[in-house]
Amino acid sequence: MNNVIEKRIELKAPVSRVWRALTDYREFGQWFRVKLDGPFLPGQVSRGHITHPGYEHIQWEAVVQAMEPERLFSFTWHPYAVDPKMDYSKETPTLVEFRLEKTPSGTLLLLTESGFDKIPSERRLEAFRMNDGGWTEQMKNIESHVAKTS
Amino acid sequence: MSQKRRNRTAAKRQARAPVFAALGDETRLALVAKLCAGQPYSISQLTQGSRLTRQAITKHLRVLQSVGMVRGIRTGRESRFEFDPQPIEGIKQYLDFVSEQWDQALSRLKAFVED
Repeated sequence: MNNVIEKRIELKAPVSRVWRALTDYREFGQWFRVKLDGPFLPGQVSRGHITHPGYEHIQWEAVVQAMEPERLFSFTWHPYAVDPKMDYSKETPTLVEFRLEKTPSGTLLLLTESGFDKIPSERRLEAFRMNDGGWTEQMKNIESHVAKTS
Repeated sequence: MSQKRRNRTAAKRQARAPVFAALGDETRLALVAKLCAGQPYSISQLTQGSRLTRQAITKHLRVLQSVGMVRGIRTGRESRFEFDPQPIEGIKQYLDFVSEQWDQALSRLKAFVED
């Protein structure tokens, strides 16, 4: 187990095409299934509504971080914050990064989502601050143990 | 996804937060790593080789106990502590859920740009 989600996918389309699909808010909305109110702008909040069947009542909210043309697009958000009654705004958001690389056949897209270790605690545990040191390494140890014993 | 399923997903997600928090501390990670070996340890055994006091170790064990990662077992007068992997598997399920959502979104992106 790791506290980072990593995906890599080969797309048979030029980098410029993939960049547009990621950063044009209407195009992003089509494949991500969200209706966004306006364009993505670095440092700005992006708002909208999920259009994915069954999730229509859910609001989309993210803060755009980096927009380095045809290279890096990133935003922070609350991953799959699906309970409309819950206030996710107090949580530390996770960081989603899309990195693009040109390949002979098109584009390599690397997606990472990080920051799950900072997902909040209940109030009684609030006093204990998060600590990143050695986390990944330790989690690997724990994972191999869990895999062995289950 | 039905309302019921959604609520359950949110509830699961809520339950996971304290587990992440409990593991977000080097001392507790070290305790978990030690207890992971499978055998139960007494507080004295856990304090040995550590710069922390019995009280400090006890406090950390309580946090791990409160999220169900550690169980206390009593034999006679001695209390010992053992590891319970269940909550960690819970975290794994949550990350698997988010991961699965990304797989679906990226395959829609693929179809979208390759069209």
